[in-house]
Amino acid sequence: MPAPIRLRELIRTIRTARTQAEEREMIQKECAAIRSSFREEDNTYRCRNVAKLLYMHMLGYPAHFGQLECLKLIASQKFTDKRIGYLGAMLLLDERQDVHLLMTNCIKNDLNHSTQYVQGLSLCTLGCMGSSEMCRDLAGEVEKLLKTSNSYLRKKAALCAVHVIRKVPELMEMFLPATKNLLSEKNHGEILHTSVVLLTEMCERSPDMLSHFRKLVPQLVRILKNLIMSGYSPEHDVSGISDPFLQVRILRLLRILGKGDDDSSEAMNDILAQVATNTETSKNVGNAILYETVLTIMDIKSESGLRVLAINILGRFLLNNDKNIRYVALTSLLKTVQTDHNAVQRHRSTIVDCLKDLDVSIKRRAMELSFALVNGNNIRGMMKELLYFLDSCDPDFKADCASGIFLAAEKYAPSKRWHIDTVMRVLTTAGSYVRDDSVPNLIQLITNSVEMHAYTVQRLYKALLDDISQQPLVQVASWCIGEYGDLLVSGQCEEEEPIQVDALEDEVLDVLEGLLVSNLSTPVTRAYSLTAIMKLSTRFSSVNRIKKVVSIYGSSIDVELQQRAVEYNANDLLDLLGGNDVVPVIQTTVPTKPASAGGELLDLLGDLSLTGIPPMTAYNKNGLKIEFTFERSNPSPNIAVITIHATNSTEADMTEFVFQAAVPKTFQLQLLSPSSNVVPALNQGSVTQVIRVLNPQKQQLRMRIKLTYTHKGSPVQDLAEVNNFPPQSWQ
Amino acid sequence: MIKAILIFNNHGKPRLIRFYQYFAEDMQQQIIRETFHLVSKRDDNVCNFLEGGSLIGGSDYKLIYRHYATLYFVFCVDSSESELGILDLIQNMLLFTTVCNFVMQVFVETLDKCFENVCELDLIFHMDKVHYILQEVVMGGMVLETNMNEIVAQVELQNRMEKSEGGLSAAPARAVSAVKNMNLPEIPRNINIGDINIKVPSLSPF
Repeated sequence: MPAPIRLRELIRTIRTARTQAEEREMIQKECAAIRSSFREEDNTYRCRNVAKLLYMHMLGYPAHFGQLECLKLIASQKFTDKRIGYLGAMLLLDERQDVHLLMTNCIKNDLNHSTQYVQGLSLCTLGCMGSSEMCRDLAGEVEKLLKTSNSYLRKKAALCAVHVIRKVPELMEMFLPATKNLLSEKNHGEILHTSVVLLTEMCERSPDMLSHFRKLVPQLVRILKNLIMSGYSPEHDVSGISDPFLQVRILRLLRILGKGDDDSSEAMNDILAQVATNTETSKNVGNAILYETVLTIMDIKSESGLRVLAINILGRFLLNNDKNIRYVALTSLLKTVQTDHNAVQRHRSTIVDCLKDLDVSIKRRAMELSFALVNGNNIRGMMKELLYFLDSCDPDFKADCASGIFLAAEKYAPSKRWHIDTVMRVLTTAGSYVRDDSVPNLIQLITNSVEMHAYTVQRLYKALLDDISQQPLVQVASWCIGEYGDLLVSGQCEEEEPIQVDALEDEVLDVLEGLLVSNLSTPVTRAYSLTAIMKLSTRFSSVNRIKKVVSIYGSSIDVELQQRAVEYNANDLLDLLGGNDVVPVIQTTVPTKPASAGGELLDLLGDLSLTGIPPMTAYNKNGLKIEFTFERSNPSPNIAVITIHATNSTEADMTEFVFQAAVPKTFQLQLLSPSSNVVPALNQGSVTQVIRVLNPQKQQLRMRIKLTYTHKGSPVQDLAEVNNFPPQSWQ
Repeated sequence: MIKAILIFNNHGKPRLIRFYQYFAEDMQQQIIRETFHLVSKRDDNVCNFLEGGSLIGGSDYKLIYRHYATLYFVFCVDSSESELGILDLIQNMLLFTTVCNFVMQVFVETLDKCFENVCELDLIFHMDKVHYILQEVVMGGMVLETNMNEIVAQVELQNRMEKSEGGLSAAPARAVSAVKNMNLPEIPRNINIGDINIKVPSLSPF
């Protein structure tokens, strides 16, 4: 059997492969060779083979058959073997494989080995991948090494101990004695570093340990002081700062120890101030230290002067070129803005500048912080900036920003006009992003600003002329026009500078009707517009036009609109019997939803009961006969429900049949949809339609009806009075 | 804190892979691919802190990386300092970036010292040695030593121990360094093999 090829040989061979397939073939060939070599139990070449295996493993090929070999290498006496064996174990094994437990004995022996590098290897391996069982078995050895004077081993033992504690927290107690001298004066450099890491881990995991280690605060303070005061030390200097990472570690431990404890916090106040003022900030390393200092100051019970110092550091960070630092500063300021409000206020302009930052995350933070800083004194200035931000920010932000602006305006508006103007500005610039629930709130606001009604409606109308695409704006504007349309056309304005708006009634109605038909309008918007138009019938004089528009929507597919229109019409028919010649036209098209919008009313009325009121013939002429049948609703005796039955005795159908009715003013009438608009010839069927009459004053029921239909190609129209209602129908 | 340290070249070929948390083999390869994909899209000059992919422990980890000539050095960092997750990533961000950048620098400087002007080839042919050096810098995902001279000294002593034992694994190391000094064409610094094209300039000093 020829000697297995060397690692570099294998690497060179693999690199000549032109394709993935070729590489795989080479690897497989070599794996086969390695396997045979393993089977031969050859000690000489084992480490070479495992080295090759690790290389192949890095490329993504399976290497598990080498796991046992690693263990054999670890058990070998040669350092070379152990080195590669331990590396192999760390790369190929983990606690999920039972095999790993076989390492325990070897590691135990190696932890006590005469050569420190072997001890180091075993500490490293245990500290990387030791399972809970292994840790339990070997914790004692680690603890011993924690007390050694050998600094190389001590630092490894410290990190290994951290791993042991993470795996088996109950073992923490075991390391307590060894921690006594961890921070002693003799130690420096990495021992201190890893010791502080160990202490931090213990304090984080156990409140008891935390209390126990509070007494270390003076020592930690001393070490930190030495670091800052000491001169240049090339060994641990980074960018002119002495061992910055040890400083940071100590600051973190101090944070944990000082939190919630007055004495500890007091003991560290001075050193924190010193670090904060003396640290060189030209490089990031200095900034990292400063930031840790800030975090510590914020977490412990520090005096207010110190807190102000910390916030000022954060304020300076906002001007840093590194966006990570700016982001981190904004986040921290946001956390402390409630507790240290005044101190943060001093940096308001810098924070507001961050609204113009290029980075999206920074902009968001700056926005949140800006809203937190708004108060009665700065509202005007801040709102300017925030509105400008609203104009230019990403769509993702606009909804939140708009909401924030509304909230701030509500709390701190210096005047009603300012408030309305601000609201207007938001609606016009970010109208589509405003939340749905803002619309009723804004309407409420406008209602309450009684002295601003004319101004508001004029401004809103003007905005509508420019743009009808932003639904919340359109809805609020529609509502306002409906409510204050008279103020709009009158041109009066409460403000000294009236808005130049020439609004004639017809123009206003044009605008509102435009909304109804526009594709841009949502159903909700249409409802607002229709309602506004209807309201204007009491304020404008062009009532006819309004009625026309409204009646179109009486059979709208949109149930909402239909309901409103029908209700409107029902009220309007009161005028009929007052001698008004104009009769409202109800379209002949049969609505697609036969259960019309008024159906709910029917439900509300509860059960209908046939009360034995005799039917009557209301009309009988030219072959068209209309009969009325009556029902009275039980819970509401004031409502009479009349069903008309129209029949046709002629030999030709009556098509496009429309039945209309009107009642005196003291009544209210509601006409539901007819069953059809064709009355079949020769009594072959009937058209039925339901009329509901509300008669609260119990007056004698009278009705005027109008009939239109087409018969044999000619249109027919007739008017009639119906006076022969049975008394039971209205008493 | 450090979940993984990855070194790969501009084509995504792994040069050193070290995970400090268990992942199955295929997962490891996927992480390498995904990390390469994320990192190779970025500008070289931009500082190097970016969201990690989805594979390592969810969104709570970040990648800190540096691009040296043909190699990417990537540290995958966990959100928490300790496994208890007491400190959140934002607070740790600044520190992690600084520490990892620094540790990376120390690592590369050490490599440079140990290999005499290190280049990608050295990493390719001495993967195990690179691991040994790394072991003296980072242990169990935590920073062990940042003093370059100390690290170099420890590594040299251990290498000497290996050499003194003789044996076959030492031989290739000696041979390679000898060959390097002789400047034989067998190990050129520019290699064109099919679609693998590697320029290996020396890494700039820091």
